Amino acid sequence: MITTENLTKKFAEKIAVDRLNLHVKEGEVFGFLGPNGAGKTTTVRMLTCLISPTSGSAKVNGLDVRSHAMQIRKITGILTETPGLYENLSAERNLEIFASLYEIKNPQEQIEKYLRLLGLWDQRRDPAATFSKGMKQKLAIARALIHEPKIVFLDEPTSALDPEAARLVRDFIAGLRQEGRTIFLCTHNLDEADRLCDRIALFKSYLLTVDTPANLRATVFGRKIVIHLRENPPHLAQSLQSISGIKNIKPVDNKLVISLEDPEKINPLIIRALVENSADIQFVGELRHSLEDVYLQLINQKSSEQE
Amino acid sequence: MKKVITIIRKEWSEVFINRMVVMTIIFMPLLFTALPLIILYTTRNAGMSEYSSDMPAQLMKLCPQELTGGECFQVYLVNQFIILFMMMPLIIPVNIAAYSIVGEKTQRSLEPLLATPITTVELLLGKNLAAVIPAVLATWVSFIIFAIGVVILAQNSHVASALLDSKWLLAIFIASPLMAVLSVNFSLMVSSRVNDPRVAEQLSTVVILPLLALFFGQIAGLIFINKMVILLMIGLLVFLDIVAIYLAVHLFQRETILTRWKSI
Ligand SMILES: Nc1ncnc2c1ncn2[C@@H]1O[C@H](COP(=O)(O)OP(=O)(O)O)[C@@H](O)[C@H]1O
Ligand SMILES: [Mg+2]
Repeated sequence: MITTENLTKKFAEKIAVDRLNLHVKEGEVFGFLGPNGAGKTTTVRMLTCLISPTSGSAKVNGLDVRSHAMQIRKITGILTETPGLYENLSAERNLEIFASLYEIKNPQEQIEKYLRLLGLWDQRRDPAATFSKGMKQKLAIARALIHEPKIVFLDEPTSALDPEAARLVRDFIAGLRQEGRTIFLCTHNLDEADRLCDRIALFKSYLLTVDTPANLRATVFGRKIVIHLRENPPHLAQSLQSISGIKNIKPVDNKLVISLEDPEKINPLIIRALVENSADIQFVGELRHSLEDVYLQLINQKSSEQE
Repeated sequence: MKKVITIIRKEWSEVFINRMVVMTIIFMPLLFTALPLIILYTTRNAGMSEYSSDMPAQLMKLCPQELTGGECFQVYLVNQFIILFMMMPLIIPVNIAAYSIVGEKTQRSLEPLLATPITTVELLLGKNLAAVIPAVLATWVSFIIFAIGVVILAQNSHVASALLDSKWLLAIFIASPLMAVLSVNFSLMVSSRVNDPRVAEQLSTVVILPLLALFFGQIAGLIFINKMVILLMIGLLVFLDIVAIYLAVHLFQRETILTRWKSI
């Protein structure tokens, strides 16, 4: 759906996006995760044909961004970093303008559909200036979807919102994915990426890695389990040495932290061995790293590689 | 063309909420129509003829022979003010364009707009027409009201036809729209660099300086506006319009707006 090859954007001497290679599949929610100033907005602007790449190429729905800008704009919707509404005009009027620019056949139906869907129907006559931040964001989302685009770019959809409004917007995005649209979600919020995205690209001017949230955790840290015991004498850890597939065993107080390949297969062997050695097992759990750990680990790793 | 109309309607629904803009569009035409008519009315009594001996000979030569000295002076006086009509196509577009562009910038509404399938030319044309149409209409309507006033108030048809002669028709119906186009594109360029509509307006009003020079030049007797001067002016305006439109199109490229326009 979206393919980039060595996509690069320079501003004067600053390289904002450096040889980016991406492949976003149809119908997936693709998270584009990076800190402020990583070049996320710049990338989205190139993909929506608002600015042109310095070098490299990009295709959206098979169309080249350099030569088919008009066609690409018709099938993409963008939620820009700031809502950018016409503040003095009503919610309805804001949408009418865009419905007309996208040459929608049934503008009134579409406007009503999205205003109702986002809970703004009763306020449709009110000027956008009277709206809360969350309502403005919702109106901007309605505007991005009014022409039923195949591909939706969302640039930090929740970053300016309070937790409550952010949750509403997130739920709405989760609903969008059911409709089979391709969603390109820029965010610096790890939790958001984790919850909403099928795959995540970690990005900071250059691409660090792309994978599913679960795989990212697993590849960076491996999988780990933690076993809580009533007592933890040293021989218990030794009794597990012979089990193949265990990479590392670390006793911590009353716990054993075990790194391993395939916990679904190996955990029963471990538990059996422990019970045979008369251990009193209280809990067994998987140790989940947050995406934040993954992210910091990767960013530090890359910067130390560069030095 | 449908998209251009959408832009024009959008501009109008935004800009005409602004009281400053509406005041300018209403009061300036009223003032500029009333002034010359009042002067015409108050100078119509025949007692004026005694001033004829003070008239510059050069001026007398410009008057049609049917006019008495007093009438010629009257025509000369009212003529000074007709030039003010041309302030309208210069000032009204500055007002509209400054509020429109600076408004887009403060609201950051240009990026979503530019992401729609609209061409640069359509967008620019929409912005241009949104400012030019009200300005030209205001100018024409005021002049037509003035012309009707002249026919009613002038003491005889010689005075009326001297006031409504072809140089002024050229100026109002041809030079004015050209002036409006120059003015809107000039203020578009200025507005792209500043973030306060009032500053944009003040800077953009530079476009009226040449007109003021003409006005005072005429009062001081340095310039006599005749048909030749108006035709030259039209020629110059056509040239300036082409330059201004060329620069504005360049300035209105998506990339330029998003990366070069002075941001808030
Ligand atoms: N118009 C511009 N001119 C110069 N530098 C820019 C411009 N736009 C963005 N940049 C720079 O490019 C980098 C990436 O910016 P951006 O794409 O906005 O990042 P993000 O959206 O990830 O926060 C930043 O360092 C920013 O300063
Ligand atoms: Mg950004």
